[in-house]
Amino acid sequence: MSDSSQARPKVGLFVTCLVDLFRPQIGFAAVKLIEEAGCDVAVPMAQTCCGQPAYNSGDNADAREIAQNTIRAFEGFDYVVAPSGSCAGMLKKHYPQLFADDPAWRERAEAFSARVHELVSFLTDVMGVGAVTARHTATITYHDSCSGLRELGIAAQPRALLASVEGLTLKEMQDPDVCCGFGGTFCVKYADISNAIVEKKTQTIEASGADLLLAGDLGCLMNMAGKLKRQGSAIEARHVAEVLAGMTDTAPIGGKG
Amino acid sequence: MEVTSPTFKQNAVHALADAQLQKALGNVRAGFIDKRRKAADALPEFDALRDAARDIKDHTLAHLDLYLEAYEEKVTESGGQVHWAETAEDARRIVLDICRMQNARTVTKGKSMITEEIALNDFLKLAGIKAVETDLGEYIIQLRNEHPSHIIAPAVHVNKDQVEADFRRAHDYLPADRDLTEPETLLDEARRVLRAQYFEAEIGITGANFLVAETGSSVIVTNEGNGDLTQLLPRVHIVVASIEKIVPTLNDVSQILRVLARSATGQDMSVYTTLSTGPRRKGDPDGPEQYHVILLDNGRTSMLGTEFQDMLRCIRCGACMNHCPVYHAVGGHAYGWVYPGPMGAVLTPSLIGIDQGGHLPNASTFCGRCESVCPMRIPLPKMMRHWREREFERGLNPATQRYGLKIWAAFAKRPRLYNFAASMAIPLLALFGGRKKRFSFLPLAGGWTRHRDLPAPESRTFMQQWRERESGKQRAAA
Repeated sequence: MSDSSQARPKVGLFVTCLVDLFRPQIGFAAVKLIEEAGCDVAVPMAQTCCGQPAYNSGDNADAREIAQNTIRAFEGFDYVVAPSGSCAGMLKKHYPQLFADDPAWRERAEAFSARVHELVSFLTDVMGVGAVTARHTATITYHDSCSGLRELGIAAQPRALLASVEGLTLKEMQDPDVCCGFGGTFCVKYADISNAIVEKKTQTIEASGADLLLAGDLGCLMNMAGKLKRQGSAIEARHVAEVLAGMTDTAPIGGKG
Repeated sequence: MEVTSPTFKQNAVHALADAQLQKALGNVRAGFIDKRRKAADALPEFDALRDAARDIKDHTLAHLDLYLEAYEEKVTESGGQVHWAETAEDARRIVLDICRMQNARTVTKGKSMITEEIALNDFLKLAGIKAVETDLGEYIIQLRNEHPSHIIAPAVHVNKDQVEADFRRAHDYLPADRDLTEPETLLDEARRVLRAQYFEAEIGITGANFLVAETGSSVIVTNEGNGDLTQLLPRVHIVVASIEKIVPTLNDVSQILRVLARSATGQDMSVYTTLSTGPRRKGDPDGPEQYHVILLDNGRTSMLGTEFQDMLRCIRCGACMNHCPVYHAVGGHAYGWVYPGPMGAVLTPSLIGIDQGGHLPNASTFCGRCESVCPMRIPLPKMMRHWREREFERGLNPATQRYGLKIWAAFAKRPRLYNFAASMAIPLLALFGGRKKRFSFLPLAGGWTRHRDLPAPESRTFMQQWRERESGKQRAAA
């Protein structure tokens, strides 16, 4: 008797707080893609946020507690996958640093971090997915979110998978690797500077000639989509996972028109 | 100089509304970023050289006392004199003492951020001594009564037509009908005006890009040759440099030079790389009679052994600010003290205190582009975060932020409570989002909605939907 589930890796989905609250379909798109890549997916209920708001505000005590909760919640999975470069970067690169003075937890954090992956890089780099079956007709432009790009080296992977989506044409914007000005709490703490940065970003998005903006981080997408909408732009925005999973029937981020 | 870092936010608002400044900042991409990229790509060993440069400085900082003493010995051997200055005030006093001994009325200056740090020009002016900046950018901002807005391109915030107006105002003894419409004609005029100053000055003051322990040499790199004239023509040459400029050997200098100009301006090498070792020797055709080096600490030793030690590797190339979206948006003056951009965001709180410079390490998106181009591989975002930790520990950030964070954390640390609260709030918010699925205004979210719409939540939280899906599956299986 053969049991195929024996060979299927167990993946714990770290939903991320923004996806949980604002755009659950990114989570469902992630589940679909991970399952299609040959894994079993579970979603531990004891997760909230990765802790970046505390960590990036210098509040390490709270960040540590949140990290401990997350690490506990995801024990027993072969992989922990998040549809966000920023949150995956926090889990993978920064959790161990939070426990620099606590050898036992540091070891636990490192064991956890070693299993963490951002969604698209998990599909391509870990599961060896080279193509998806989705179709979507659009001219897209892709923004490289900072943490995913610089902490996790994600740039070629999403473009490679997007190239396999029937109907898509990629038109690169100028400087896709330049920050959109979101920066977590930065965008409200330094709202005017953030606005100046995202205005430059939306100019390059408009100039690309694309009608659909994609990225791997909902925070950046909400920022850019929010600005595009405020400017009256017709360009729509979606998370890359939605397109890769073929889940594009719903309204784009920030609605249509 | 006056510190305006505490009003960074207001400074930024003014900078964003300054059309001239915004126009000038638009030149940064073509002027610096593209050139650095090309230079780095053209050198296959560029990243390996960055590692080597980092290692050289790390080694030096670990043995800083040793190398500083060795350096002093060599300077003395070559006939020069080293002065130790613990504070900015000490350094200014030493400069003034030397000026007084020389009865100096005029000093020429090569470009030096350290003399900006110790606010030397204003101090000399009060003492009745005229300081003349000889670097073109520095000369321009001296005429404008401003401070550098960039550590290697001090006048990057100024446009050409502004320079023309400044020259016409300052050089009113020249014919009014002269042509100053081209950069070349401006440069010619500056050169003519400055040439006379070199011969008038009794003392030349420069900074140093490196101090070499092996030989007792100071090294400056320039593109205009003004540094050479500044340090060769007057009777006395004073070098003002901070202690972390030291490197062990000439070989080390040559390695770091390979990443310096490429990172700064995209040049393989700066046009002039000048080594000075002591005063004029017998038989030398030129050079100063006296050679002084003022070694400034000004808070740097207190960074050693802390999480900010890596900042002392900085070689002041400016790549971090050239690649910083915040710097691009507001320019250098908004940072409110000598050092702008990411390197300033880390260094300024170290030198003037986090209570004064607290905004700077907070005003970052943590995009990490600075660290990715830093030739010395300084983990700038990490150190900005360390400043935020210190600020938080000391309760220096605004009360509203602290309370907001604490309330959020109280939920984020309790998954059941968090998920329950989210499952109550989110469907309501989704409902209010209406058919447009976005908010153009939302109470308590003004920081966001002032400039952009807020996409509304889809419907219910992922967790709610997932739980239903899973229990549905279980029911189906049962």
